[in-house]
Amino acid sequence: MEITMITLKKSDFGEMVAHARKHLPEEACGLVAGVTEDGVKKIQKVYYLTNTDHSSEHFSLDPREQLDAVRDMRANGYEPFGNWHSHPESPSRPSEEDKRLAYDSSASYLILSLMEPEHPVLNSFHIEGGVSEKEELAIQ
Amino acid sequence: MKIIVAGVEKEVKDGITIAELIRQENVETPEYVTVSVNDEFAKSENFQTQTLSEGDRIEFLYFMGGGQ
Repeated sequence: MEITMITLKKSDFGEMVAHARKHLPEEACGLVAGVTEDGVKKIQKVYYLTNTDHSSEHFSLDPREQLDAVRDMRANGYEPFGNWHSHPESPSRPSEEDKRLAYDSSASYLILSLMEPEHPVLNSFHIEGGVSEKEELAIQ
Repeated sequence: MKIIVAGVEKEVKDGITIAELIRQENVETPEYVTVSVNDEFAKSENFQTQTLSEGDRIEFLYFMGGGQ
């Protein structure tokens, strides 16, 4: 399978980190959307949704907010690219739970690790059939 | 009749059920999809019987969650 290339603006990365830190010890979560140009998924907007689990170990997106976000994407001409969530105390890679609950094989799954507080790490993954594959993510 | 599926107008048979639409749209892993009809979330136990009407706006949303 061809590796997906994704870009995220530095400013959006900064906001994502700030949002995730603000919601510690809970996992933070949301959606990402943007436009595809020359085969590159360019994230134009990061959506910040409520973790309805309010847990430091699990997350679930609020369906109502998810619906609102999808409408906003459509109104702005953005494609839904996938979701993101934070791992407050574990690395930036999909857990077994993440892989088990990744039902949309067309989505990118971004995971932000705050395990090292001063060095947040964000990676993106394709997950299909319980197998994850790292995507090329450029923060620029 | 015409309905709007994920923002796109589609022609479907009159009285189509949500379950039939899910099959027609080839929705991946439908057991994990939430369906909204005109901004109201449909109950999954009603998918087989709940029929859609002309002009209905349908969205398919995947459950998104996980754990560290």
